[in-house]
Amino acid sequence: MSADVGDSDTVQAGPGESGAGGPPADSLGAPLGSLDTAASPDAAARNTGKSPATLVHARGLTKRYGDFTAVDRIDFDLVRGEAFGFLGPNGAGKSSTMRMIGCVSPPTSGTLRILGLDPVANGPAIRARLGVVPQEDTLDVELTVGENLVIYGRYFGLRRHVIRERARGLLEFVQLSERAGDKVESLSGGMKRRLTIARSLINEPDILLLDEPTTGLDPQARHALWDRLFRLKQQGVTLILTTHYMDEAEQLCDRLVVMDAGRIAAAGSPRELIVRYATPEVLELRFSLDEHAQAGERIGSLVRDSGRGIAKQVEVLPDRVLLYTSDGVAALAAIRASGLAPVTTLTRRSTMEDVFLRLTGRSLGD
Amino acid sequence: MSTATFALRELRHQMTLYRRTWRGTLFSSVVNPLLYLAALGAGLGSMVNHHAASRLGGVSYLMFIAPGLLAASAMQIALGAATYPVLGGVKWQKTYFAAVATPMRPADIFHGFLLFITIRLTIAATAFLAVMSVFGAVRTPLAAAAMPVAVLTGLAFAAPVAAWAATRDGDMGFALLFRLGMIPMFLFSATFFPLSQLPAWLRPVAYVTPLWHGVAACRALSLGDVSAPGLIAHVGYLAALAVAGVLVGQRTYRRRLHG
Repeated sequence: MSADVGDSDTVQAGPGESGAGGPPADSLGAPLGSLDTAASPDAAARNTGKSPATLVHARGLTKRYGDFTAVDRIDFDLVRGEAFGFLGPNGAGKSSTMRMIGCVSPPTSGTLRILGLDPVANGPAIRARLGVVPQEDTLDVELTVGENLVIYGRYFGLRRHVIRERARGLLEFVQLSERAGDKVESLSGGMKRRLTIARSLINEPDILLLDEPTTGLDPQARHALWDRLFRLKQQGVTLILTTHYMDEAEQLCDRLVVMDAGRIAAAGSPRELIVRYATPEVLELRFSLDEHAQAGERIGSLVRDSGRGIAKQVEVLPDRVLLYTSDGVAALAAIRASGLAPVTTLTRRSTMEDVFLRLTGRSLGD
Repeated sequence: MSTATFALRELRHQMTLYRRTWRGTLFSSVVNPLLYLAALGAGLGSMVNHHAASRLGGVSYLMFIAPGLLAASAMQIALGAATYPVLGGVKWQKTYFAAVATPMRPADIFHGFLLFITIRLTIAATAFLAVMSVFGAVRTPLAAAAMPVAVLTGLAFAAPVAAWAATRDGDMGFALLFRLGMIPMFLFSATFFPLSQLPAWLRPVAYVTPLWHGVAACRALSLGDVSAPGLIAHVGYLAALAVAGVLVGQRTYRRRLHG
């Protein structure tokens, strides 16, 4: 939440316009920004740039539960202001990594520094500066929306009037102002998620951790949530998120690591990963069921015979054959020229999903 | 920041939740003793008094069972509070996990929760003693000291049981605890009749139950029939259980929430 602090300095010249009735985009920036300078000593440190630029530093980070190694010697650094994603299938070690960063699970071995501090020795001090959106909603469903924020703010030792002011801005930001007095159990899944995000911001965290923030939401709620997260990112909040949705990673993350079986399989920006691990285009072919297997084999040998000129890689999925290629149209022409007649064809840009399939070992190309 | 500050934050959380239910629990804190003392003390007691006055040490049945019921109700409240709500925190609603993502530590949640149970037990025991005095079931002002002893009895259950509940993944064990632990204790730990009525081989079992110590101490205070060594032994036993529960709970909460 550093970028909006600068704004608030100019805004503060004319107090009172903390965005009441203004567009939702401003509703977080203005009230939180002005509170930032007023209430939080951390904010002062942030303004003068005293806290380190590297917010999370991990080397050889490992987590074992008994014989099971959930996270296996991973290295990464997280810089202030970026949105960093852990992408991977279930059981890849994303949540375990998040729990270690959240200082609720001590590392088994390796180095971990969060905000320059050791999470084992300084857990409460670090957690005071983190915001956490857990995978499952952990709200007090019998309490109201507002009460949930008050209780949570109290856990951080915030004063009642500070909580009340922040809660107003945050509820506006997550578009739940009208529901402030309603019990949480009456909210929809998407609303609960948004409330959880509001709750996680009550302490104006340096880093916001989101563990699969949109899992289980319908597409509409998902897009609403992305919109809110994107705004946070625009305001300079440092985000760490886990996801197994490629589109989510592509939309929200500046930098990603792809995890598989506790290891980091690849790291880079979404675009870099696509360039490195996929091809510019993907040609998707469907064949009739009885032809599918045979067509897959023939395309495989066709591609090999061409010295991988037609496509860099072929992947035969149960229902489709994918060709990773720099030119989908040319590849399709070559396939057709060989006498194969796909039922449907689709040429598209490659996505994180293609990277993911390749990296997590479900690809047949190598 | 001190441990107490953090525990008070969780206490405030619990009190916020309690705001929704306090009327109901206060109502039952008054009505339950009313019903029990009327039915068993006055009703059943009128029959018992004719036949068994000597066995009860020369006091009326009402006076005999009232402090027993006081201790037993503390046990019931403690067991109810230390089971399902704890499982809710670690399993169902997972609110404990939300709390430990803040500066709060697992032990703070546990301590704050025990403070809350202490408050509930204090309210219930005070109400119970008030009803007892209305019924004329107390003989001496010393009976007021039965209030903290009843609270301690509750804590001797609440702390170890909450420590155990924090390790659970389902509520199956709770039903067993109630059926095989609470109800037999309620019936056979001298609440309703002196232990001398139990077969000799069964008495040692009663002696190790926390409820018997609570009943015995509350009864001694309410009847004004106190022997210092006996009282110290009872209170010491209960305190030891409560402290052991706190120590174990600090570990089980940490394991569950900061694993």
